Amino acid sequence: MGSHGRLGRYARSLGRFWATSLQAELEYPVNFWIEALSVLGNLAGSLFVLTLLFGGETQSGVARLGGWSWNQALVVLGFYTLLDGLTSCLLQPNLSRIVGHVQNGTLDFVLLKPVDSQFWLSTRMLSPWGLPGIAAGLCLVTWAARSAGAGVQPGAVLLAAGLLLASALILYSLWFVLASLSIWFVKVWNATEVLRYALVAGRYPVSAYPPALRLLFTFVLPVAFLTTVPAQAILGNGERLWALGALAMAAGCLALSRRFWHFSLRHYTSASS
Amino acid sequence: MIGVGRWRVARVLIETQYAYMLEYRAEIALWALSGVLPLIMLGVWSGTGAATAAGMSPSQLGHYFLAAFVVRQFTVVWMIHVFEEDVLQGKLSPYLLQPLLPLWRYLTAHIAEQATRVPFVALMVGVLALVAPSILWMPTPAGLLLGLLAIGAAFLLRFLLQTLTAMACFWTERAAALERLLMIPYLFLSGLVAPLETFPPAMRRLAMATPFPWMVDFPARLLAGEPVPIGNGFLAIGLWGLLLLPPTAWLWRRGLRRYGAMGA
Repeated sequence: MGSHGRLGRYARSLGRFWATSLQAELEYPVNFWIEALSVLGNLAGSLFVLTLLFGGETQSGVARLGGWSWNQALVVLGFYTLLDGLTSCLLQPNLSRIVGHVQNGTLDFVLLKPVDSQFWLSTRMLSPWGLPGIAAGLCLVTWAARSAGAGVQPGAVLLAAGLLLASALILYSLWFVLASLSIWFVKVWNATEVLRYALVAGRYPVSAYPPALRLLFTFVLPVAFLTTVPAQAILGNGERLWALGALAMAAGCLALSRRFWHFSLRHYTSASS
Repeated sequence: MIGVGRWRVARVLIETQYAYMLEYRAEIALWALSGVLPLIMLGVWSGTGAATAAGMSPSQLGHYFLAAFVVRQFTVVWMIHVFEEDVLQGKLSPYLLQPLLPLWRYLTAHIAEQATRVPFVALMVGVLALVAPSILWMPTPAGLLLGLLAIGAAFLLRFLLQTLTAMACFWTERAAALERLLMIPYLFLSGLVAPLETFPPAMRRLAMATPFPWMVDFPARLLAGEPVPIGNGFLAIGLWGLLLLPPTAWLWRRGLRRYGAMGA
């Protein structure tokens, strides 16, 4: 078995995982409408709060939120909506299940499977219900970036796409680390909710916060890299330092999640002991 | 005699639930952390002139959001998630055999959880006071008492509203999705993310016509020492409660009949 065969095996497993979970999810077609409604409602609410923060002067072009104009701030909100959709598609359905595996002892079965346990736990499920969020986020980003007057360059779009990938990896690592805590605290199904609420901070450009919070959102809970940095890139104000920082943060978080999982497994005492 | 018996049941329920919640205190600490939303919003709001333009001074803004944070901490309701699991997995059945309405069990679990939360919330407020001492204020004893009463009333109203949605568990497997929908107006209209003063007048009237501002805005302003129509607030909470109680009771009875029909 070369590395190619192994990669192929993982790709095949992924195909099977997602096909079966899509089939299961499509048993609940009403969910699509509920999710679409919830995305629209959340977006409308966020837009409403954003107009309040701009003091109602959204079109004059004078009002600023942390130095960002209305349209620029909308790009940030668009990235937030997109990432939220991604969370509903992949992170939430998978990582909120780890607790159940620990509680019911079925984590043993996962560990015995001939695949990497982190891979299995992170990719087993795929829910189509985040798609409305992803679509709405993409539309908002495109529309707002155009209105903000950034002549959208292919280079900027490419950079933003790369940074979006980095932010998705950061987000995944945060979720995964929090979900692995359930090895110790068995009832953490809502620990991941902590993250969902803290990440709401990503709805606004990070410069809108007071300096202390800005530091917190950059280095401790890297909200800045999730939405503000990709938004800057697509608006053509991407700074090399921030882009590099985002990539380093993504690599660091991913490595951390990996190490943390192995560390927590050493503390896992299985169901029967 | 019946009265004494009830007291004992209530006390035992709360004591056992409190012991149970204490086991999970690490998780409850995390959960208390997840309530930081009003404080994050305080960060955003204090950086803009929008609140001042709406007639709120920076200190009023700080007090309001800190009060909203405390209110949110003690009005969190998660009943639907537990109830959904209990109905889907049939765990509700043994509870139904006991001579006690199972809803009391969920209610006391919430009260016990709030009691477990107290030290964590105190710690968080303490840390905040160290970082930004100006955010604290001394509420008057009457204001504090009324504020706590209002928090209790707001919690009961929220619990009732969620119980009403939770009844959908008897008919669908995905009732929690409904709760997610209901969270949206709660989030944006209750005053959790933006003080109602900053709303445009029409939007404010619309919000006041829903039960949501009474769940956060009213107790928070009472705690923060802002002028509020106290009588109206409690009356509104009571009226919304009276409005929600009959359909909840009706759905509970209908749902139980359906639950029984599922072979449980």
